[in-house]
Amino acid sequence: MSTIPAELKYARTHEWLRQEADGTVTVGITDHAQAALGDLVFIETPDAGRSVSAGEACAVVESVKAASDVYSPVSGEIIEGNAALASQPELLNSDPYGAGWIMRIRPAAGSETSALFDANAYQATLED
Amino acid sequence: MGDKTPLHGEHEQLGARIVDFGGWDMPLHYGSQLEEHHAVRNDAGLFDVSHMTVVDIEGAGAREWLRRLLANDVARLQAPGKALYSCMLNDDGGVIDDLIVYFLAEDRFRMVVNAATRAKDLAWIERQAQGAEVRVVERPELAMIAVQGPNARAKAAGWLPESGRAAALALEPFTAARVGELFVARTGYTGEDGWEIILPGAIAVDAWRALVTAGIRPCGLGARDTLRLEAGMNLYGQDMDESTSPLESGLGWTVAWEPAERDFSGRKALEAQRAAGPVRKLVGVLLEDRGVLRAHQRVVTPDGDGEVTSGSFSPTLGRSVGLARVPAATGERLEVDVRGRLLEARVVRPPFVRNGKPRIQID
Repeated sequence: MSTIPAELKYARTHEWLRQEADGTVTVGITDHAQAALGDLVFIETPDAGRSVSAGEACAVVESVKAASDVYSPVSGEIIEGNAALASQPELLNSDPYGAGWIMRIRPAAGSETSALFDANAYQATLED
Repeated sequence: MGDKTPLHGEHEQLGARIVDFGGWDMPLHYGSQLEEHHAVRNDAGLFDVSHMTVVDIEGAGAREWLRRLLANDVARLQAPGKALYSCMLNDDGGVIDDLIVYFLAEDRFRMVVNAATRAKDLAWIERQAQGAEVRVVERPELAMIAVQGPNARAKAAGWLPESGRAAALALEPFTAARVGELFVARTGYTGEDGWEIILPGAIAVDAWRALVTAGIRPCGLGARDTLRLEAGMNLYGQDMDESTSPLESGLGWTVAWEPAERDFSGRKALEAQRAAGPVRKLVGVLLEDRGVLRAHQRVVTPDGDGEVTSGSFSPTLGRSVGLARVPAATGERLEVDVRGRLLEARVVRPPFVRNGKPRIQID
């Protein structure tokens, strides 16, 4: 069964979000998502400085099977894309909540994360 | 719920992700498609291909009838056991299916056709057989297992009955032999050495377990697809179908034009197309920019648009490769519309990989 860390927040589209101490958030895709996609072979992360809206497609993960969009769970500015994924896309399969993170975002003032799921609620969406 | 091969329970036990393929529940992978791909390129992999359709053609008229049915010429099959790859065409020269035909005896040939096209193939074959001196015998009780990779034959040989082992190991490429109740062919769909083994469904589970125990890694249809694409082999329904001829599908080499009097199905249409010059061709494509080619992406050339028919990440090359149908005048440079962006690509001559080694120049 897939791992769903309790301390993270989740979007219905299978992104996770971690609130960092400096006010930024780190975003990736869940263990469930990476398992469903299969071996990842190509990941395109957004450039730093780009403004994104909540729900906007801003990264692409391609597995041996298909390409999928990754949606920003919040509105804000991209601080950094995970450069390591360009040469090691498999990090996203092996460590989706750690070395396989996709992007860091500085949320815009007033950008809400309260609409996101907690771990239990996300687990429930997988069981639907 | 689709059809299940005799090995379905084995796949489930091995934790396979099961997908529908042409109405069959088949394993896509058993954990990692990439690792399975590399196992075949570097060692040995095991595939359940029991969904493929085996059809025996029996009767005194079998050879002459097959010479009309198929675009390649079974007159080329002179030694029993010899195999031939061919297209089966409709009257317009469109490809009904691609298949392998084996010469077993003068009154017995065996064809292995695709699973997804089974019903229409059999309907066409039965219709062509009306009034001919042949019987068309489908063999649904048979299963089929492929062992592929540089070490596949050596690892599988120990499982064969000792009486037939030496004969099986002595098979030349594209030949087959009966070994007890097994039919062993040195053929495949991966670009590696190996065997495809047709066997009674009732012994398929025992065979599968013995081959796994011999150190041959179970591989799903996912790896089978990336392996065949790297090997530059077409997939029916994707790279060619009834709306395309062999000449537009990189399969002109499989059409036997000589002798000119052999009147095979589709010949007239094909000759007209050859005389006029086909307007499209199928080419190999290497994506030079970062990204992944996928089927149905638009190809842009100075001579007009084309389409990617198969595309994937190539695990062996670490780059994306594909097959594309493009205007006949297309030169070396292409662009491909990958998710809304035009990326640079180069026409290359397949295969991309054979026998574990890259066959094209990268950068």
